[in-house]
Amino acid sequence: MSDNIVLCGVGGQGTVLASKLLAAAAMDRGLPVKTAETIGMAQRGGSVFSHVRLGDGAASPLIGKGKADLIIAFEPAEAVRQLAYLRPGGTVVVSDRAIVPASALVGGPAYDVDAIMAYLREQVEHLVVVDAAAAERDLGSAKCLNVVLLGAAVRTGVLSLTTDDIAGAIRRLVPERFQDLNARALTYVQ
Amino acid sequence: MHTDFLMGNEAIALGALAAGVNVVAGYPGTPSTEVLETVAKRKQGNVYVEWSVNEKAAMEVAAGAAYAGARALVTCKQVGLNVASDPLMSLEYIGVKGGMVVLVADDPGPISSQTEQDTRTFARFSKLPLFDPSGVQEAYEMIQEAFELSEQLGTPVFMRPTTRVDHGYEAIEVAEPAEWKRNEPEGFVKDSSRWVIFPRLSVINHAKIEARNAQLADTFSDSPRNFVLPEQGSVVRKGIATHGISYTYVSDNLDEADRPRVLRVGTPFPFPERKAVEFLSGLDEVLCVEELDPVIERALISVCGKYGLTTKIRGKLTGDIQPSGENTVESVGKALASFLGNEPQVNGTAATPAPQLPVRPPVLCAGCPHRASFYAVKKAMGKRKTIYCGDIGCYTLGNAQPLDMVDTCLCMGAGINIAQGVFHVEPDTTCFAFVGDSTFFASGITGVVNAFYNQANLTVVVLDNSTTAMTGHQPHPGTGRTMMGEVVQKVSIEAVLRAIGLTTVETVDPLDHKLAVETVRRVADEPGVKAIIFKSPCVVLARPQAKSHVDAHECIGCQRCIRELGCPAIALKDGKAVIDETQCSGCTLCEQVCPVGAISGGERL
Repeated sequence: MSDNIVLCGVGGQGTVLASKLLAAAAMDRGLPVKTAETIGMAQRGGSVFSHVRLGDGAASPLIGKGKADLIIAFEPAEAVRQLAYLRPGGTVVVSDRAIVPASALVGGPAYDVDAIMAYLREQVEHLVVVDAAAAERDLGSAKCLNVVLLGAAVRTGVLSLTTDDIAGAIRRLVPERFQDLNARALTYVQ
Repeated sequence: MHTDFLMGNEAIALGALAAGVNVVAGYPGTPSTEVLETVAKRKQGNVYVEWSVNEKAAMEVAAGAAYAGARALVTCKQVGLNVASDPLMSLEYIGVKGGMVVLVADDPGPISSQTEQDTRTFARFSKLPLFDPSGVQEAYEMIQEAFELSEQLGTPVFMRPTTRVDHGYEAIEVAEPAEWKRNEPEGFVKDSSRWVIFPRLSVINHAKIEARNAQLADTFSDSPRNFVLPEQGSVVRKGIATHGISYTYVSDNLDEADRPRVLRVGTPFPFPERKAVEFLSGLDEVLCVEELDPVIERALISVCGKYGLTTKIRGKLTGDIQPSGENTVESVGKALASFLGNEPQVNGTAATPAPQLPVRPPVLCAGCPHRASFYAVKKAMGKRKTIYCGDIGCYTLGNAQPLDMVDTCLCMGAGINIAQGVFHVEPDTTCFAFVGDSTFFASGITGVVNAFYNQANLTVVVLDNSTTAMTGHQPHPGTGRTMMGEVVQKVSIEAVLRAIGLTTVETVDPLDHKLAVETVRRVADEPGVKAIIFKSPCVVLARPQAKSHVDAHECIGCQRCIRELGCPAIALKDGKAVIDETQCSGCTLCEQVCPVGAISGGERL
């Protein structure tokens, strides 16, 4: 059995660190891990994803469509873009803060965030919406959204990992000066 | 041995170190870059590492090192191999003394490249053995085997991962540095009958190469890198032949207890013919699941012809596998279901169509000096008849709206002579060629010499951000740093241009918009080949701290800053421009563009 997790967002949002934390936490539990990331040109403000596969039985680092147990979306439109990866009955954890690309302002397709959120609510049985503005206000920083989302994802109980597992990975991988902030971020969503 | 969670490229680097590599040279290019960077980070003792000016230089440095008995590694992406192919095609005939591995990362998709070329095909063309790994652990092991084989046969050997292997992570078993092989190079031994290529030597060596490859095909048939998984359960008389990352997609789609026979080819050239005959025995039909070229498919067809086998070979040539693009778990699943006569799996949950999604093409960063350079040229030229020839780098992104300042882009360094070609056909067009600093050194200099000497009329615009930004900020000869950590004399782009003979070479800060526009207007009207060097550091490296902000009372909502610049930090809220401070780098370009002075707070570097 394996846990198949898709993380997605916009280049620069911290999806790579989040997938590294998941992988490190899984390795500490002795689980086999495979991951794949977007690297290269798309990192400059493009759509990015990471696939994380925990446990036995994963040959490829990539997840097939309709096979992800969980999508952790750092941005609503990116959640919809990756939704085909979700298995029936799967869970989506999504930040409600839209990042509107310049293309939507200079003649490209428009971005209607309300329509996107409504679509997610209609399509996803297990949807956890994280209020990014409230998290930023309460935690005093927008930089730990990735860990807020990870914490919310673990709280759903769909992974073989616990909050303590992630906390251990944070202690090892995150610089000292951000430890306290990330520890609070991890348990922000109750 | 210990377990390490590694990216494929990191594993390849550690494998090379474990094999006792002495010299590593390459040119950055996604998805290959991390190999050389990891060698530089993890090496011990006196391993020499350099980012060469281009792949041809890297190949020649590695060849020289291998002539002297060193173990040498070249790293590049598939298009880089084109640049290096001149020395490599001759080196094939000369051979090497120390083990030499040419690491070429292919990019199906393509995700970050101009082409979808398959280095397996290049291996056949150049008659050099090739290893094609399916995962991170295997890549670590294969590169060590590649060094052994290279040294044993005295020939360069290819190692060819694809993006999903390069950038996939796995926890794998790696050797401790104390267990790494130590290779003490013997040094170059003079022997002009061996190291000097002449037609007579080439024809003798060509015969040897053909004989060696026939022998090697046989040896490879016994290699564990080419293996057959026997059929399980009810699926008989059908087989799957596959390779690389596609092998893992096949595995994820097959039922372990009920699946056809599988051939996994890890060394497609020379093709392990005897193993293939063993695989084909008793099969009616085979589906070849390959990415990029139908290499295994063609080899199996030829084996069937040679041995009079009646097995039907299917794949790309029969339309059963997509002819181009990257394979995915789903695309392979669909092809397997169709081949095996199974119901295709229904994937995904979405029943109703999704609302319109915004597109996110990659964009120049907020504060990127290239934006200011393109905007200055655009403003200076206005409605004049122009052509803007672009090149390879972050600045290819200048093609996007609203800048729309890249009319052509072909390959590294091509823009200068493409502008020249256009000039000879339509001399009334004002021709510009944009080239980055790293690209200038890689292959721009010869272009300038050609255009200058052959009396072209064009403006070379060097976008000098003092780094190789797109691939992650590697040093180049203009930076004054080497991969060995030395601080060295820089090569001056301005001095190079003047030495060629250009009399007009102006260096300007593109973020001084007024001066930049004036300079472009003046320089473009001068005759002959002339150059502007727009010099301003990459914001990702410089990390400026100032932020611009919009005074909402002053902003008249004209949207000029948004429509003219396309900066990702500027958005529209309630009819007024707003600046996202988390992205803004305070470059001040929008402040200079605002007609009412509503934006302030930035600070030009």
